[in-house]
Parts: sequence; C-alpha cells; structure tokens
Amino acid sequence: MKSSESDFIAECEDILEEAGRLLLEIQESAERGRINPDSINALFRAMHTLKGLAGLFGHDDISEISHALESLLDDIRLGKSEMTNDAINLFLNFTDTLRKLISKPKEERTDVKAYLDEIDTFRTSGKAKRKEEGMESLVDESIMRVLSEYEEHRLKTNIKEGMGVYMIKPIFPLTEFDTALGELTDRIKAMGELISTMPTTEDVPDGSIGFNLMFGSPELLDTLTTDLGYEVEELVPAKGAELAPETVVPTGGDMSAEVLKTSTSMVRVDINKLDRILNTIGEISLSRHAIRRIWTEMTEQYGHSPLVIDVYKVSQNLERKIEELQDQMLEIRMVPVGQIYRRLSQVIRRYSREVGKKIDLKMFGEDTEIDKYLAEEIVDPLVHIVRNAIDHGLETQEERIKAGKSEVGEVILRATQRGNHVVVEVTDNGRGIDPERLKKKAVEKGLIDAGTDLNRKDIMELMFLPGFSTKDVVSEVSGRGVGLDIVKDKLGSMGGFVDVTSEKGEGTTFTLTLPITLAIIKVLMVKVGGETYGVPLSSISETLTIEHSTLQSIENRKVFNLRGDLLPVTWLRDVFGLPGEAGERSFAVIVGFGDRRMGLLVDELLGQHEVVIKTIGEYLDDIKGLAGAAEVGRHEIVLVLDIEGIIEECTTRKGALHV
Amino acid sequence: MKTIMIVEDSATTRSMIRAVLEDFDEVETVEAASGFEAIKLLPSQEVDLVVTDINMPDINGLELINFMRKDERWLNIPIIIISTERSEEDKRRGVALGANAYITKPFDPEDLQGIVKELFNL
Repeated sequence: MKSSESDFIAECEDILEEAGRLLLEIQESAERGRINPDSINALFRAMHTLKGLAGLFGHDDISEISHALESLLDDIRLGKSEMTNDAINLFLNFTDTLRKLISKPKEERTDVKAYLDEIDTFRTSGKAKRKEEGMESLVDESIMRVLSEYEEHRLKTNIKEGMGVYMIKPIFPLTEFDTALGELTDRIKAMGELISTMPTTEDVPDGSIGFNLMFGSPELLDTLTTDLGYEVEELVPAKGAELAPETVVPTGGDMSAEVLKTSTSMVRVDINKLDRILNTIGEISLSRHAIRRIWTEMTEQYGHSPLVIDVYKVSQNLERKIEELQDQMLEIRMVPVGQIYRRLSQVIRRYSREVGKKIDLKMFGEDTEIDKYLAEEIVDPLVHIVRNAIDHGLETQEERIKAGKSEVGEVILRATQRGNHVVVEVTDNGRGIDPERLKKKAVEKGLIDAGTDLNRKDIMELMFLPGFSTKDVVSEVSGRGVGLDIVKDKLGSMGGFVDVTSEKGEGTTFTLTLPITLAIIKVLMVKVGGETYGVPLSSISETLTIEHSTLQSIENRKVFNLRGDLLPVTWLRDVFGLPGEAGERSFAVIVGFGDRRMGLLVDELLGQHEVVIKTIGEYLDDIKGLAGAAEVGRHEIVLVLDIEGIIEECTTRKGALHV
Repeated sequence: MKTIMIVEDSATTRSMIRAVLEDFDEVETVEAASGFEAIKLLPSQEVDLVVTDINMPDINGLELINFMRKDERWLNIPIIIISTERSEEDKRRGVALGANAYITKPFDPEDLQGIVKELFNL
C-alpha cells in the first residue's frame, strides 16, 4: 500500500505541475488579450483526472476540492463564467493548496469546508449573466445535434468573434488514418480552432474512414482551400474587420483587430517539422561537399577552364545560400531563456513557501536564446538543481541570522551565451558544500575508498556519481530520490555538461553548459590509426603540433605545458584501442573548457566539415566516447566523438577507457 | 461470451468500469482510451456493447455514437453513456443520437450491472 500511495502522490504532483504550467500559459495569453480555449479545457481535464484519482485512493478532501475547481472550470469553458485575473489567482492558490494537502499525511489535514465555500462563493458570484443567443439556425441541425455542449459553445464563440466556420471532409485509409488525421488537424489548428472531429463511414469506400472536421478561422475560404489542399465548405463566413466588440477576455479596449492580425501573421509549428527541415538541409549540405569535390577533380583534369570556373561559382553560391538557410532555420527554433525562467520561478516560489524559507530570486539574461528543444530538455535538470539549492543549499532563517547573513536567502539564475554555448548558472548564497563531509559520505556509501587521494575538484565531482544522493539525504522537497547523476547524464546526452563550485559558508554555484543548438554541427576531421573521426568544433579551443619529448609525466599521467597550464593529454588511438605507434610528434586537438581542458593526440588533421549527426543504433550504445555517426560525401561514414564523454573517462577514471 | 468495449480516457475510471463488468462470467472487455481508439478498434473487433464517456479529447462520445448509428455494421450495438452529473445536456443529446442508456458518474456498480443484465438477458 505504501508504494501505491507514493505513486499516487507522484501522479498528483505531475497533474498539479501540468496545471501550474497551463495557468501560467493562460495568464500570459490573458495579458495578450485572448486565452486559448484549449488551455482552459486542458486545465479542466487535469482537475477532472485529479478528482478521480483522489477519490479512488480515498483522499476525499482532495477529491472534493478538485471537484469544486472542475465545476468552476466547466462554467468557464462553457462561457457561463469568465477567466478573470481573480479566477486565475484563485486557481493558482488552490493548486498550491492541493499540493500542500497531498504532501501531508491524511490525519494531519484539517477540514476542507472553508476551501469549498471559497470556491463556491466565487463560482456563484462570477456566473455570467450573459446568455448565448441561439445561433443554431446558422449551422445545419444535423451537425448541431452531434456537438457536445462544450463544442457548441466553442462554435458560438467563434461565430461571435467574427471567425468563419468551415468544414472539410477528408477520407483516409483505415490503416493510416491516425497519423494522417493528426497532421491535418495540426495544420487546421495553425490556422484557427478545431471545433469538432466527426468520424463517418457514409459515402466512404470500404477500407477507408471519413471525417467531418469543423473549425473556426479568421482566414477566407480561398486561402484555406489553397493552404489545406482540401475542398473547404463554408458554413458561416468570416466577418473580417467588422468583428463583434465582445472578446473572450475583457481587455478594456477593442482588441479584436489586433487579435485578428496576430493570428494571421503568426504560425505555430510543431518542432518536429522544423527538425525534419533541418535534417533535409543537412542532407543538402552533404551534396554541396560532393560538388566541391567534383570541382576539385575537374580542376585537376581540365585546369581552370570556363566550365570549371562556372562550377566553382555555382558551388560557392550554393554554399552561401545553404548556410543562410541553416542560420535562418536555427533562428526559428530559438526561444529566449526567459521562458524557462518563468517555469522555474514558479517552482521556486512554491518550494520556498513549502519549506518556509524566504528567498530573493534574481534572474539575469532572460533574452539569451536557446534552441527550443534544448530549452524543453533543460527544464527538469534545472528544476532539480533549484530544488537542491532551496532545500540543501540555503539555511533556515534562524541559521542564517546566526551566521550573520540576511534572513532572506538569495537564488540567482544567470544565462549567458559563450560562443556556441549557452551557460546557465544557478547560484545560492547558502551554507555551501563542505568537501570533507562530502568525501566522508562518499566513503560511507562505498563509492570510494577511505584512503583515496582526491583534489578539491574531484571531491565535488563525487556528487554526480550514481548512488550518491539517496532517499536518506534527499528530502521530500528536492525530489524523489533522483540524483545529480541523472542531471549530469541528461546534459551529457545534449552535448553539454554540469559543473559545481562552492565555498563553505558562502554558497554554491551550479553551472550548466550546453550547445546553443543541436542537429547540424561543424566537426574537425582527424585521422588516427588509419581511422577518421569527427571532433565537434564547438568543443575545440585550438590545435597545435607537439613534440612527444616535451610531454611531462605527473602522477603517471602525460601532461603538456600549454602557455603555463598543464593539460592532460591522451592518445586518441589508445582511447579506441587502435593499432600503430606514436611517432616523434603528433597533432594535439585541445578540447573542453576551463579546467576541463585536455589534449587529444591524433596523426593528421583533415579539415572542417558540417555534418548532420545521426545516432548510432543500440548495439554501439555501450561504447563510450562516441556521440554518433555522420555521413560525409562519397557515402563515407565517420564517427563523431563525444568529447564530454572522453574528458570524463580520461580525467576521472584515469584512462579506464583502454579497450 | 459477450464483449464490451469501454471507451474512457481516464485509466482509473476505465479499470473501475472493467472491474464492475467483469463480475459477470459471461463478459470480457476491450478498452479504448479515446473515441479515436474506439473507431480504430471497431472494424476489427467483435463488440456486443459499448460503454462510453462523453468528454474525451479528439473524438468525443457523442461523435462516436453518431458514427456508430450511421453505419449498419454497428447500428444495432447497444451503447451506454457514463458521464458526470454536469453533462446532463450532453447525455440527453447522446440519447437523442441513439444511445440506449446513460449513467451518472460517480456511478453505483449495481446500476451498470442492472442495465447490462437487462441488455444481455443474463
């Protein structure tokens, strides 16, 4: 029972997290003047699910509150009440209340009657007086009778807002209708609001299924027919400029013209579609390498004849355009870090209240841009680190006063762009990390031997070992036994890394470094032991030749003196167990940043290439040090190195990579 | 043996309905997590009764009922709506579209079993 109870809590927390996200979205869109009805409906569904879940596990109080909230949301989504700022605040407060209730044992909870009364009073007072006039006559009765009350309300709202109401009737083969329909509805949603999806087998050939899709859109019939590629039937024409003055949200002014403008000049696109385009561009840029190769071969054969020069010019032009296209594409995918901040600030506000610590949150670099995909992926690691900072990093108010600090703890989020990387720092001014205690704990957990000699940096790294943070150190707030090792793995999988610095008594900074974008990368091709590898350019700081006689040995590790810094070096041939002997000199590719720099020794440098990285199937998954494979001209495949992985292996496990 | 299809997007509610129905030895159940899944399953699945929610993402219960009632393959399969007390209007519409019965959530297992017994002459 205990474990299913914790499953229950986890599931509730997930639902509330989602509800919080939706509320922020609603809040933001309300400020812009139009709330997306899908968000309200999704919030309604979230409360509905929570109610059912709580009821099933016998948490009647939670079930009753979510039921009351669900009823209020039902009124709002059916247009019987409005999503005012007060309503948004009420929902925000109650998501917090629910979260608190869930984390408390049942017997410690107080009566919820006061809560229910509050919601009920709000609901009664907010019930709108306005009644929707009958618009049934505008749309055919055979359609009206299939609509649910909610769909009918959305239909009326669309008409009231001057949107056109349209119908298309696609027919798909039964075997693949789900993907085809999904794609079509996504396209419809980009141009308006999908009101109803009615499946039908009438007048449809065997083995197929038809759909009557009804949607509202500000676009005109012609545009829709062209853009959707289907015959579109107009049920109610769009009113265009003569919009009804009433909008869903009271904005204090007539926003309808603005609404119309933004919805026609902006397109929401599924990130996967952008991925596909980017992939295609990557493949095109491969053929551009081929053209360049052909040109080189032609020059060798025919010299600089006019034809050869023509080919050269064309290939130059093509290269430039492809580069532009790539840049523009990558730009489309960029979102400001501020988007992540908003989600984090919610977490911080919530947890600070929960653990009873006062926190001053400062955020810098909101405008720093990062790839949308990476932005999504980095949220969880950041939430984890922020929770850690609040829970373990910051002292209690009493402790802080005793230590002569302000009773308000400080958490700073700072994002900056450095070259091809975005660096996000989470700094707290809490108690800091005591290296001795950290080491002692690692010994207790059997992660290292008591006698192991570690420098300060190595000790800090211990935090990222699997099994380091376990249930007995992770409190309820900072997570459910998820360790920093997960954070580290996550960043590694995105081509980034995490660092930590800390001063005892002064605070801790976690630094997350990750590439601005994925997908296409520039690599330096290197040759070693007869094999060619790609080293991501973003990880390289410089290349140079070194005489082996200048290498020094420190504690059995080869190091190289680079302008006064001693950098560890590794023969790439040893990393992958390739044959061959080291000559007198090698090329050294200096990779990594800050104190994670090291030199990779290779036989030859072959030049730069832009490649599209593809993952290598599962069977090569276990080989550390490889990020993926890429095709470079002439159907040749090169393996692209995972520099973080190699640095990791070479610096912490001291050459454990030897095959 | 009778096959009942449960169409409901909440996994919790789905398993509750299944438990209630599988009390009968003569009944087996198939589940669809949305109206969408239901219409995907229908052509390949012999079904003797459909129990459906109304409010679901993508294709809702009313659209499912309308779909089945317009196709002779499923025209005569009985349909029971299970939905919340707030969906009074929607349930009424469902019956108008050709559903055989409706039950209000949270429901009494005996109500559902009673209707099933009657439909199948158990």
